[in-house]
Amino acid sequence: MSDKITLAEGAGGKQTAALIDSVFKENFTNEYFTADDAAVLPQPKGRIAMSTDGFIVSPVFFPGGNIGKLSICGTVNDLSCMGARPLYLTSSFIIEEGFEKEDLRKIVRSMAETAAYVGVKIVAGDTKVVPHGKADGVFITTTGVGEIITDNVPSGAKAKPGDAVIVTGDVGRHGATILLSRDDYGIEADIKSDCAPLWKSVESAIKEVGDVHVIRDATRGGVGTVLYEITKESGVGVRLEAEEIPVAEPVRGVCSMLGLEPLYLACEGTMVMIVPDEKSDKLIETLSKISETKDAKKIGVITEEHSGLVSLKTEIGTETVLPEPGHELLPRIC
Amino acid sequence: MNESLKAAVEYIKNYNGRKIRMMEVCGTHTHEIFRLGIRELLNENVEIVSGPGCPVCVTPPGFIDEAVELALDKKVTVCTFGDLVRVPGTEQSLSEAKASGAKVKVVYSPQDAEKYASEHRDEEVAFLSIGFETTTPSSVIAVKNAIADGLKNFSLLTANKTMPGAYEAMADFADVFIYPGHVHAISGISDCEKMLEKGVSGVIAGFTADELISAIAIALKKSESGKPFFVNAYPRVVKAEGSPEAQKMVRQFMEETDAEWRGIGVIADSGMSLKSEYAEFDAEKKFGIERRSGRSNPGCRCGEILKGMCKPAECPLFGKVCSPEHPVGACMVSGEGTCSAYYLYGKDKTNVR
Repeated sequence: MSDKITLAEGAGGKQTAALIDSVFKENFTNEYFTADDAAVLPQPKGRIAMSTDGFIVSPVFFPGGNIGKLSICGTVNDLSCMGARPLYLTSSFIIEEGFEKEDLRKIVRSMAETAAYVGVKIVAGDTKVVPHGKADGVFITTTGVGEIITDNVPSGAKAKPGDAVIVTGDVGRHGATILLSRDDYGIEADIKSDCAPLWKSVESAIKEVGDVHVIRDATRGGVGTVLYEITKESGVGVRLEAEEIPVAEPVRGVCSMLGLEPLYLACEGTMVMIVPDEKSDKLIETLSKISETKDAKKIGVITEEHSGLVSLKTEIGTETVLPEPGHELLPRIC
Repeated sequence: MNESLKAAVEYIKNYNGRKIRMMEVCGTHTHEIFRLGIRELLNENVEIVSGPGCPVCVTPPGFIDEAVELALDKKVTVCTFGDLVRVPGTEQSLSEAKASGAKVKVVYSPQDAEKYASEHRDEEVAFLSIGFETTTPSSVIAVKNAIADGLKNFSLLTANKTMPGAYEAMADFADVFIYPGHVHAISGISDCEKMLEKGVSGVIAGFTADELISAIAIALKKSESGKPFFVNAYPRVVKAEGSPEAQKMVRQFMEETDAEWRGIGVIADSGMSLKSEYAEFDAEKKFGIERRSGRSNPGCRCGEILKGMCKPAECPLFGKVCSPEHPVGACMVSGEGTCSAYYLYGKDKTNVR
């Protein structure tokens, strides 16, 4: 048997069935996983949330994770941000001809493990194979359905002056990891992606603390971009304490070498949560009991003034503005 | 904040000596001064202006025109630092040339360009060699590597510059220079001492909050006497002799030449180009590219901004037709450019004076 994916395995015939049996079925088995045209599922009790996300990360394997784990975390975290318990996922694969089958197995296995950890079920999937050069390794799209467990659905428009701004972990680690693993820079550093599913943390936050005004996962664009979105949606300002922002030492090193702002590097296992200030201690205590969010920290407050702006109290006590995202962050050359 | 930093911050805040105008000449300093909000500490007696210190910003439009000619007419693969791609030339930028079919490749070091050339020997590859004392050695290493690899398809289009000429050209526009630590880590302190002999004050500064703040505090303190001074406030990294190895390597391959600085004009002996024995690695000579001046947008005041004679907000183009998305002048292109820094941080009025 060939150990590379062939076009025939995406054609829908016997070989596709063999691929599904040998790679997907043994990992994705659960009572709803279907060979029929659609999965048939029981109706959830609460309102449902639904989300979809495509994953095209390069390289496919990176320190701290791979595209499979990422594809589960991404959609799980999107649902979690709405206070929704992730119930069901579908996954759609576009695979480049010639992709190593063993690599595909590793990816699928890590999807299964991540899904099992969260308690979400992968109930349907699709596999397409495209000719060599028409995709880059493998692309995965996951779609998820979740059951909302709260009447107060968090929203970017709900931040209020006086609220505390909390990050659930150190910032910028995924972005820095991917940047370095593309080896364009010739820099080596011991950095692992923060890629992690955060439903357990969100569930505890909602159940044990409650009244969480905003939850956002700080993926593309990082914490800085998320905060700017919130200032616009809620019509407020954000004031951060620069010295409180947790950044892993090697991430800080890479950023200073390349002239990048850690607040604008992607996170895949770090969220921004905004709660009334009197609840911030309780929230941090709750989050710190869960391994993915053990380093949760308050980094700033929501303000009435400077609406639409994120400002920073610097390490020398001055106040500056965090430059708005959307401008290219180019590596410095001197 | 540690005690010494706190003391330096307090000193700067409470300074009420003579009126001082400091000029920094380094893109990283420009950026850090904004990031740390240092201008907010200054009272009206102290001003910090950003001089010519960002290599992209001082690259003249004629150089971009040459690069475009190389890429479009001579069909050479042009490798460059990313910042340079969007810098406007007289007619077009490299990114516009790319849209009309030119091959422009962004690299992170000259060695990467040489490596690309060694892997694509059927392709002519030229690296746009810009930068100051800090970056020039790595261009030279690329040529060294090309010789070792026996490459016939690699060359440099040089616009490398050295700082001393710029210090002299700018001397009338500043009371004190904040000298760039990285540059003097290579070239040593003799250039600064020569400036002192001419009566020009300066202090070599590092790049962390501690290093920058203490350098500024030292400069203010020394200014009180009214006598010219020079202090190396970055001795951890800057040695008196600099880096003799790097200096020797550059001198082996390159020699001084007159160079044009965008917005300032030609400064004698302020550029570095390959010696004639390395002509086969000199893209101008290899492809018969003529050096030219080029034209900038006539409304653009980058030149005056680099001299600290005008603030970005006083330029008629600033924030209107000229923004980081659509830069007209080079100071808006690079993240290290003065205009770009003012644009990005400009919303906080306390930070823009």
